Amino acid sequence: MENLSLLERLSTGKAAPEHRPWPRFEVTKKTWEELAAGLGDHIDMMGLWADKTHIHMALFEPSSGAFAVASLAVEDNKYPSISRRHPPAMRLERTIRDLFVHEPSGLPDTRPWLDHGNLIETDRPLKPYRFLPAEGRGVHEIPVGPVHAGIIEPGHFRFTVNGETVVRLEQRLGYVHKGIEKLLEGKDVESGAKLCARVSGDSTVAYSIAYARAVEAALSIKPPARADWLRALMAELERLANHFGDIGAVCNDASFALLHAYAGILREDVLRAANACFGHRLMMDRVTPGGVVSDLSDEGKGVLYRLISSLAERFDEIADAYDNTASLKDRTWGTGILPPDLARQYAAGGVIGRASKRSFDSRKSLPYPPYDQLEFSVPTVNAGDVNARIWIRLQEVKQSLSLVRQILDAVPRGDFRRDLPKRFAGEREGMGVVEGFRGDILVWLRLAEDGRLIRCHPRDPSWFQWPLLEAVVKDNIVADFPLCNKSFNCSYSGHDL
Amino acid sequence: MSNLLLKALFRCPVTTDAPPVSEQALAELAVNVDSEARRVLGRSLSIREVDAGSCNGCELEIHALNNAVYDLERFGVKFVASPRHADVLLVTGPVCKNMRVALERTYAATPSPKWVVAVGDCACNGGVFADSRACVGAVSKVLDVDLHIPGCPPSPDMMLRGLMALLSKYAKNPSASAR
Repeated sequence: MENLSLLERLSTGKAAPEHRPWPRFEVTKKTWEELAAGLGDHIDMMGLWADKTHIHMALFEPSSGAFAVASLAVEDNKYPSISRRHPPAMRLERTIRDLFVHEPSGLPDTRPWLDHGNLIETDRPLKPYRFLPAEGRGVHEIPVGPVHAGIIEPGHFRFTVNGETVVRLEQRLGYVHKGIEKLLEGKDVESGAKLCARVSGDSTVAYSIAYARAVEAALSIKPPARADWLRALMAELERLANHFGDIGAVCNDASFALLHAYAGILREDVLRAANACFGHRLMMDRVTPGGVVSDLSDEGKGVLYRLISSLAERFDEIADAYDNTASLKDRTWGTGILPPDLARQYAAGGVIGRASKRSFDSRKSLPYPPYDQLEFSVPTVNAGDVNARIWIRLQEVKQSLSLVRQILDAVPRGDFRRDLPKRFAGEREGMGVVEGFRGDILVWLRLAEDGRLIRCHPRDPSWFQWPLLEAVVKDNIVADFPLCNKSFNCSYSGHDL
Repeated sequence: MSNLLLKALFRCPVTTDAPPVSEQALAELAVNVDSEARRVLGRSLSIREVDAGSCNGCELEIHALNNAVYDLERFGVKFVASPRHADVLLVTGPVCKNMRVALERTYAATPSPKWVVAVGDCACNGGVFADSRACVGAVSKVLDVDLHIPGCPPSPDMMLRGLMALLSKYAKNPSASAR
């Protein structure tokens, strides 16, 4: 019983006929509870979402590489809570409760999450939001946000501090809830693509690829090979731009403006090259189901070759300057440590996971073309501090530079876009998992016969990273919070949906 | 790092010589700040950015205004940490209902004279989120907006031009347009 693999356990349930590329099984309550008990240990929870009748849970088994979805029918608007056994599910279940009014039985924290009293979906009388208490001599609270001091997204942080030391940080998010999932219902595939590209603007390419792959999986079609390669090219440029931004921002929060300025120039160079090659600085709406919107010209190829040569040279100077500045390292070293067991329990993706021993990277763990034909490594360390998260970013920049070169060298010629079938028999379901700069982005969708979206759920990596920031900040001084926060750089918009 | 500093000493600035059209615009902004607007603002314009529900795309490009290439501060225009220090609110996003109160309070906390600039398609007309029941829509439904800068997101160049237009607008008639 205990030694059943994920797929063996799931296959006792009924397989959904049109779910691709990974299987989906409708399971019994008993299996649901058994799965919940194994989460965070030998199974990673990769997503938890609902539709009108079911709760769906995406699962990954690291030992076998198996990936699947378990679905449980909701009875009388109720289902057994996952977070009762697996805390990382907490905010997702509070969200399901807010948006779908399904009640997770045994949910430990029944405060609303995205519902700030403005949701149409619920008609719940809203009580004042109660932050978790912290009491003791000399303990006091610092409320921060939703409008912050910098040019960043809105969210509320409630710090409880004793002197300079943070005793507890509690986040209150949901300020940028735009009702994206509700908006997606009934949209055609193209309008859906526009919305998914704007779930989190910094990851627009990765979201568009995940969405496109989900649509293509549902329709059992493949984009032309050239499209796969151009998508990866854009994704790596996006990763480079964001990593430059993040490396600079962490240095800036340690008052080391010099590296911020240099990293900002590199970032700007990437965006300008993207604009020259693809016609948009952030490459928004350049990836579409069926391929990519425009081709890369030979001229554009030249621009990118020159870009990566010049980046590589200047980037080494920045990496050296970071490594050899003791006063800067003094701030990042040993600050905001995320223990590997927490990263594993929360299935934390991206840089945050990889700086704390979790080697998951969708490009390797759930490989998609063209990454299965490219050479790159996924650097991992165990330290889990701010320095480790910078170090991983520095390494990933090098990997991405190499990937861009490999892609430019080998990108196949041919079509870059194909048409999608307009009508098909029966409902189809598809899924896409793509490695954005922040971590694995998951998009799940169900298409109606006429090609409209019945349901689409984009899951940002931030869902499993935000809660860890609370853990990481504890026992650090208030002044180190910006460093911890920037080294995480979670998305508010991607999380609040 | 000393190498990095040494190189910087002898290198030309990376700051953009703006493209033909906007070079004029940038120069005009500088001139306006130097002459007309000085009476009102003492050569500086302080901006408080408020994200009222954007996807963060606009924030990325607003950030870029501060980088060494666009270097907004050379025109005396800078971003400040508190609305109490601001002359201009730069608002992005389709005003999520959950952000409405915070936006109104930020506006109330900004001393007069003050101007509101809506940045990005979402702030201008709700963008792709216009039909959402979780959003109010255009910023102008909540605050009186003095200037719209459309784009998804607008490029730093377009934002520079927009800010220049704002300066020239109130510089001609400082008291009339301010609130």
